[in-house]
Amino acid sequence: MTTRILEVRQGILNKNDQLARELRESYRQAGVLVLNLVSSPGTGKTAFLERTLRTMVDRGDRVAALVGDLETDNDARRLAASGAPVRQINTHGRCHLEAEMVAGHLADWDLAGFDVLFVENVGNLVCPSSYDLGEALRVVLLSVTEGEDKPLKYPGIFNSADLAVITKWDLAGPCEFDDAAATAAIHSVRPGLPILRVSAKTGHGMAEWLAYLDARRAATPSIR
Amino acid sequence: MHELSIAHSLAELAEEAARRAGVRKVVALRLDIGALAGIEPGALEFSWEIAARDTILAGSRLDIRRLPVVVHCAVCDADGELADFRRFRCPRCDTPSADLRQGRELEITGLEVETLEGVA
Repeated sequence: MTTRILEVRQGILNKNDQLARELRESYRQAGVLVLNLVSSPGTGKTAFLERTLRTMVDRGDRVAALVGDLETDNDARRLAASGAPVRQINTHGRCHLEAEMVAGHLADWDLAGFDVLFVENVGNLVCPSSYDLGEALRVVLLSVTEGEDKPLKYPGIFNSADLAVITKWDLAGPCEFDDAAATAAIHSVRPGLPILRVSAKTGHGMAEWLAYLDARRAATPSIR
Repeated sequence: MHELSIAHSLAELAEEAARRAGVRKVVALRLDIGALAGIEPGALEFSWEIAARDTILAGSRLDIRRLPVVVHCAVCDADGELADFRRFRCPRCDTPSADLRQGRELEITGLEVETLEGVA
């Protein structure tokens, strides 16, 4: 018995990446800005998204959300109260969303009818970093109740993000959150990453967040 | 722990490539995994046993090559390998750089396959 080497050069997540490219193209054609929100469990993604959807619906934006969770549709029901179309993706134990799950849940939605689509990933800072969902922007969230050094512990996801959002800003004082240390940690793994500081409770920073979205939408050309 | 999902994707790819080449047994898979890919080699090897079971990949080994993070420095106009991937700075001049050139790879580069004696 002898062995030989068979050359095969391929990305292991080729299939996911190909589907993500197709999704990205369909988002571009529809003129919808798609964001992938990632964080640890408990960072406050859902509360942040709830306030975002409510504010955007009130000002007449056409927004929608896909929300990923291991089980339950609690988050989807909570978000749907904003009046925006919301769909739940249950991963049944999988620790991340994949492009196929997103594509399956978009099936009969008319993407051209939306300005912005938020995809709330499963709470996890490791696994979602490998899976492209076709999003235009990846937003990583970190709350003031977590360690300021979290970016150093999860460099992969912070490095791949387009924006960092520090949540629960209303608790920054009581938690003695060291903003300079958190900023240094974020910039150590991703120099120059823009950072926003928000509170879904008080509304702090929401105006800057909406201005950021508006600027990105204006910069996203639609071929319609 | 998404290494099991990764292992299943890997098994699917490798089996298809092996079948296309008419291979009857795969001895090892050569992988390139970047330091920022978020993959723990031990967890991947453990998952691999499960994913490869009952296929022509059963019992095969994973030869994992870990690729360090490389960034491009605009000041030096050169690529540099990071000793610590939690510190994105040029190893020469210490200028921060987010210009990633290597480190997210998650690739299969080759299969070590068994061939019958006398058959090329």
